[in-house]
Amino acid sequence: MATPNTPLWEVFIRSRNGLAHKHVGSLHANDATMALQAARDIYTRRGEGLSIWVVPSSAITASDPAEKGMMFEPAESKIYRHPTFYEVPEEVGHM
Amino acid sequence: MYTQALNTAETDDRGLEDAARAAQFQARIDAEERIEPNDWMPAAYRKTLTRQISQHAHSEIVGMLPEGNWITRAPTLRRKAALLAKVQDECGHGLYLYAAAETLGSSREELVDAMLAGKAKYSSIFNYPTLTWADIGTIGWLVDGAAIMNQIPLCRCSYGPYARAMIRVCKEESFHQRQGYEIMVMLCRGSEEQKAMAQDALNRWWWPVLMMFGPPDATSQHSDTSTRWKIKRFSNDELRQKFVDATVPQAQYLGLTIPDPGMTQDADGHWRYSEIDWTEFKQVLAGNGPCNRDRMAARRKAHEEGAWVREAAAAYAAKRARRRTAQAAE
Repeated sequence: MATPNTPLWEVFIRSRNGLAHKHVGSLHANDATMALQAARDIYTRRGEGLSIWVVPSSAITASDPAEKGMMFEPAESKIYRHPTFYEVPEEVGHM
Repeated sequence: MYTQALNTAETDDRGLEDAARAAQFQARIDAEERIEPNDWMPAAYRKTLTRQISQHAHSEIVGMLPEGNWITRAPTLRRKAALLAKVQDECGHGLYLYAAAETLGSSREELVDAMLAGKAKYSSIFNYPTLTWADIGTIGWLVDGAAIMNQIPLCRCSYGPYARAMIRVCKEESFHQRQGYEIMVMLCRGSEEQKAMAQDALNRWWWPVLMMFGPPDATSQHSDTSTRWKIKRFSNDELRQKFVDATVPQAQYLGLTIPDPGMTQDADGHWRYSEIDWTEFKQVLAGNGPCNRDRMAARRKAHEEGAWVREAAAAYAAKRARRRTAQAAE
């Protein structure tokens, strides 16, 4: 009963050469070595990955979902950042 | 008096605020937005999901027991390797689901302890014994088939972590169902005794499998709010009917008879099954199924016998952390 809860880790897997590591889930382990082994067993049973990262969940700083309006508004109002905002004369063809 | 009055006012405010937030929450659900762990959610939504996801996780873990029973006795090396991989998958599914349940604020330890203490339930189906090899085929074919029917709509569940876990689970379940059906095909193409063994397994599993979809819609306690919150997309009876319609032709292909003499096909092509014996379901849920005590005893034994491993891993991690701190201080 005296044993503390086992720490939580986030698992990231790179599925193919050239792709980025992608978050796939989390797991509990006492240290980084065990976390890597458990990640191999839990998340790569069918050749899902070439590389695994494990990160202590407590090391992640997250944005506050309650403030997502304020956080992401600057991107919403700047449609001139998208290529579709601009008109290219038809004669020019694909650009 | 004053303090008390203040407290009352606060509670009222919270109530009003919660009502507004609950309306906002429902609007997000109606707009098919996914709810994520740090988003505001009604306490009842959190509670319902914690119960459902953790029960689902417990079911995956307890589900390893009836099949694990046959690993050492699988008839060939190929079948043994496949069964091992399947049981390992079930363990993985349990772990994905515990992780999803934990995002709602309960620790893994609390969830597991609730199960070991008998306070949390697991699927009634795993309280039935696996008497012959044909039971392994039947579990893959029917139990995993029913699980897939239940789980595919859960991939679109309103709670993000649960939906994501279910997508992974469903991909893997289809291997389980196919390996089970292959076992049944082999048995049904075999000797008279082998075919009889397959029929016997179907006879014993058919009704418990239909019960896996839960009580009939008219009596189900959790369905209404779960539907409103888009945790549940189809009713128990709808899913059960889909499963029966999909399964009858598969049984016909095997040349097996579904143990329901009253079953008829209606004008729309649906197979109508007879009345289900819900007293059996209630008995099994209440702990009086054929294997309830065995399953709980096996889980408790495994947990207790694994205690030294958990303690050793924690002690080793603590020792290494101390050494790192000491080295850093030098």
